[in-house]
Order: sequence, then C-alpha cells, then structure tokens
Amino acid sequence: MALITYRDALNQALREELRRDPAVFLMGEEVGVYQGAYKVSKGLLQEFGPQRIVDTPITEEGFSGVGIGAAMAGLRPIVEMMTWNFSLVAIDQIVNGAAKMLYMSGGQFNIPIVFRGPGGAAHQLAAQHSQSLEAWYASVPGLKVVAPSTPYDAKGLLKSAIRDDDPVIFMEGETLYGSKGEVPDEEYTIPLGVSDVKRTGTDVTVVAWSKMVTVALKAAETLAADGISCEVIDLRTLRPLDDAPILESVRKTNRCVILEEGWPYAGVGAQIAYQVQQAAFGDLDAPVTRVTGTDVPMPYAKNLEHMAMPSPARLIAAVREVLYLD
Amino acid sequence: MPTPTIPDHVSRQLAATPKAQLVDMLYQMLLGRRYEERCAEMYALQKIGGFCHLYIGQEAVAIGALSTLRPDDLIITAYREHVHAIVKGCDPGRVMAELFGRRDGVSRGKGGSMHLFDREKGMLGGHGIVGGHIPLATGTAFAAKYQQKDYVTLCFFGEAAVNIGTFHESLNMAALWKLPVIYIVENNRFGMGTAIERSSAIYDVAQRACAYDMASETVDGMDVLAMREVVGRAVDLARREHAPTLIEARCYRFMGHSMSDPVHGHYRTKEEVQEQKQQDPIRSYADILTAAGLVDQARVEELDRKAREVTEQAIQFADASPEPSPDALFEDVYAMPYGPFTRSEQ
Repeated sequence: MALITYRDALNQALREELRRDPAVFLMGEEVGVYQGAYKVSKGLLQEFGPQRIVDTPITEEGFSGVGIGAAMAGLRPIVEMMTWNFSLVAIDQIVNGAAKMLYMSGGQFNIPIVFRGPGGAAHQLAAQHSQSLEAWYASVPGLKVVAPSTPYDAKGLLKSAIRDDDPVIFMEGETLYGSKGEVPDEEYTIPLGVSDVKRTGTDVTVVAWSKMVTVALKAAETLAADGISCEVIDLRTLRPLDDAPILESVRKTNRCVILEEGWPYAGVGAQIAYQVQQAAFGDLDAPVTRVTGTDVPMPYAKNLEHMAMPSPARLIAAVREVLYLD
Repeated sequence: MPTPTIPDHVSRQLAATPKAQLVDMLYQMLLGRRYEERCAEMYALQKIGGFCHLYIGQEAVAIGALSTLRPDDLIITAYREHVHAIVKGCDPGRVMAELFGRRDGVSRGKGGSMHLFDREKGMLGGHGIVGGHIPLATGTAFAAKYQQKDYVTLCFFGEAAVNIGTFHESLNMAALWKLPVIYIVENNRFGMGTAIERSSAIYDVAQRACAYDMASETVDGMDVLAMREVVGRAVDLARREHAPTLIEARCYRFMGHSMSDPVHGHYRTKEEVQEQKQQDPIRSYADILTAAGLVDQARVEELDRKAREVTEQAIQFADASPEPSPDALFEDVYAMPYGPFTRSEQ
C-alpha cells in the first residue's frame, strides 16, 4: 500500500491502461505538453508520445466527436474535458452520438470511450465553472456515470471505465485531486455499478458520492459524538445505480438522507428518493430527505458560495430532522 | 468514341474506367431512382414512418463518389442516405426492412430511415442531427492514421451544415492533423426551405476550405463522371498523403425536403423544379454512355427493368420480415450491461 493523491491515482490508472492496450489513447486540451490542466496526465506525453497523448484545439464538440468516430473504427479513446462545465458544448456528441450509437445501429457500433475530467465547485469560480452536471448525464440511457470519492476508488474505477465497452462519463472531484489515500501496489480494478459502504451505522442511511462523501463522513463523525450512528453509502457509480445496498441499509436504519452537490430539481437524489420510497415505503420512519446545492447559479462572493454548497452543518440538521430530534 | 464536343473529364473517365463499371454506375443510378420512387409510395401507404428524405435528383453525387472507393473505405452520412447505403453494398431488402421498422433491417428496425448502419459494408450511419456526424468522420480518419492503415472516409452532408460549428471544428482538426477524410457537401441549394443565399454569407461553399488551408474542389453534382473524377483525386490524396479535401457538389433535389413537404412549397417555384428536372443526371449519363457506344436503348431499358425488380424484391423482403420482438426494446442499450442496471430499469 502507498499513500498517494487522487490525482496520482488517476495518473497511474491512465498509465497502466495506456501500457496495456495500444488502442487506448488520451486526447483533450493541455493533456500533453502542458502536462494536464490539473496535472492528471503528467508525464504521459513523455512515455507515450504525441500520437497517443493528443493535445487538441479548444474544440470540445469537435474532439468529442473525433473520439466517438475513432471508437467506431476500433480505438478506445479517453477524452479529457478540462472541466465538465465545458462539456455542455459537446453534449450533442455525447448524448446524440456516444449514448445512442449502439442502439440505433441495432447493436453494431458500441462506443468504448471515457469522457473524464473534474466536476463540481472549487473555490470562488462563479456560475460557469462550478457545476455538478451528473444528473444531466445520468438521465441518458446508453451512458454510464462514475464519480469516485477516494484515490483507491478513482484508480480502480477509471481502469474499469477504460476497459468498458460502453461510453463512460467519469466525473472527478476538482477539490479532491490533492486528497490522499491508500492505494495497493499491485494492479486492481473496481467494477462499475457497485456502491461501497464508507461507514457503517444503524440510525440513518446517508447516500453520497464524489466530494460529498467527505462531507458526509465529517458530519457522521460529529453526529457520532452525540450518539447518532450514520451509515454512509458511497454510490461510486450513478448509472447503473446500485440500489440494493441502499434499500438494505434503509431497511436497517429506517431513515434516508441523500447528499448531493448539484441542484435539487430533477437531481440524482430525486431519483434515489423515488426508488427508496417505492421499494421500502413500509420501512421508512421519516420522509426521505435531500441536502443539495442551492437552487441558484453559483455566486462568486465567498459567503454566498458557502451558503450555496451543501455542508456538514446542513447534513447534520437534516439527519437530526429525520430522527425528530429538533 | 469521344467526339470533340464531349467535355475532357468525360473522355478521361470513359477511357480510364472499366466498361462494366461505367454501365453498372448507370444501373445504380436507376436503382437509386426506382427505389426512392417506391419509398415515396411506401411512405404514402404508411409502411414507412417518421421522417423520410428522398434522394431523387442527387443520384450522381453518391454514385460518382462511391465509385472511387475500396470495400474497406468508410462512409458516413446525414439522413438523406438510402441510396448511399445501397451503393456502399447494403442489401436493398435489408434497407427496405429497416425503413419498414422490421427485424431484418440493417439496424434491426431500431434506426429507421435516418439511421442506416452496416458495419460489414463500411456504412457508419445515417445521422439525424445536422452536422453532428462530421466530427465522427474526422474521428474514423484519425483512427486510420493512428492504426497506420490507408482506408479513407467519405463524409456526406448538405450545404446547410457548413454553418454549424462541428463543420469548422472538424475541418480545422483534419487540416491540422492531416487526416484522410473527404468532406462532400451536397449543395442542393436548400436547407429544408432556406435557400443558401438566405443562410450563408458565402455562396461558394468550397471557399470555406481556405480558412483551413485545405484542398477544395467545386464540381457539378449532376454529372456522375465529374463526381467520379473529383472524388477520385481526393481519395488518392487522402490515401497517399493522409490529407483531407472539401468538395462542393452542386446538385438539386427534385422532391421536397422530406415526405411531409410538398415538392416546391413556398420557397421555390414549380417552374424552377420543372426546369431543373430537365437536367436529369440519369438521362444525361445514359446519353453519354449511348454516344460512347456502351449501351443502347434496349440495354438501358433492361437495366431499368432490373432496378425495378430489385426494388420490388426489396419490398417483398421487407413485407415478409417480422416486427422486432418485444425483447429488442431493452437490447443494445449497453454492450456490457450490469446487474444493478437491469434490476432497476427493467
């Protein structure tokens, strides 16, 4: 085991998969000479050369389509979005192209591609650079959506995403890149579509993913001091949704709070709440509750930005509410 | 024998092309015409649903262009693509079955008129979002270079697509990275009902290539041998030097934009359509082959009869093909489905 950053874990996954399969290549803005806008691709140009580590113009829709076309011709592209915010100019290629090609071709053209990059808010980046777009992509049949919270998960899931024969939306946490965690020295993968219990508990089930897992664990620690036991489930993959462990947990705790960085309206949490009430209505002792990003574009001012983001304090309040403690 | 009144490109192509292929190109044009005429009828009978865009009038573009390809070359098109698919080698019966939404369709009945796919034949679809497939063609060309192979990609789209961002993004990358792709603009003058003069600051579409220092040509898209010559040059360039070309093929569609449109509507006059029909690309080509002594009236009639027969057989095949099974609804959403997904969604 080595203690490494989320960034380095992703870098290892890329490097190992590039070594393993010559059909794998990485393309995107600043991935080569610049070494990656967030240094995730550091050193890859030096090892694999410009044919496989391809610096692109600022042309997200264009290079997303180039990746999809390359996948149709037998390659396994990894397309880096400098941030997921910029993917909105490429969403036609991802949704109308990558997601539908297998279906509308009657099973002839699967698209083994990974679109990856950082998502979510960082620090005072304002409205256009602070979005959590996972609900947009998770609503599309044909896509798989992954959002890891730890270096271990990031590495194992990215390797599986690259080996997957379908288009995978891989959302990294912009503020998680520097976070550290244990990663095995030997090779491993983590299957897509399998959640992970990050903390076991008995009183409330908290469902989270990506950066919100760290918020949930922090809140759970504080609540434990008050004798409240939270079970924290890290979804890791948002589509396909691993619903069985959530339901199993809710049958034990009888309470469920979903923590989501993105907006509330038609969010991923809304879908999970639907599935929980549908399948475990009789087990619930309180309504399923969500803590989400505030329903506004992200403001710049520090105090307002703080108010717009889910926090341990807001999660603690929600947990106490479903326990009828306040 | 060519006479002095025959254009140079016609003489060159007649001399350089095997006679059987020259005659086969006429047959393909006739097949494309008869097939699309029957598609119009099948649409009226509601055997074909959805949007259905016919190719009548533009046959010389696809047939001239595709006559230059090897079987391993790829094509990718917009949604007016029935004829491209058949000429690339897709079975006419399976194409008709697709139009009918049947199990034996090239896309197993799940694509329809706008999404004809055939991996084995190098037909990479039928795409319905204007301009959306232009980057895909750029990507298959990227793959050819990456794999160090010498197949080329032909990408067909209408002139209205040159105003969308993907066109420019693709041309820039293809020129920057020297990719073996040929972009063929089928300039039929109207993007649905909007004339090019009302949508483009530049009417001379080929000029757009200047912005990317890309080779370009303008060609009479109603002349199948001119298409063959110009596309042949571009294919050579792509194969030899991995370089892209933009080709503007000036043509005209004799039908409405889709089957839900009248032939002329408010955006062009009946007289204009009638006048254009006088320049029928099939008749012109039959005249050339007749003058060259390669066919006579009887042979043209025989080819036409065969085209009609193949079309009728295609309709019979499609009619006999069953609807997709209900199970097909959930098939091919994912190549690698996972347990949790199938549990939740089905």
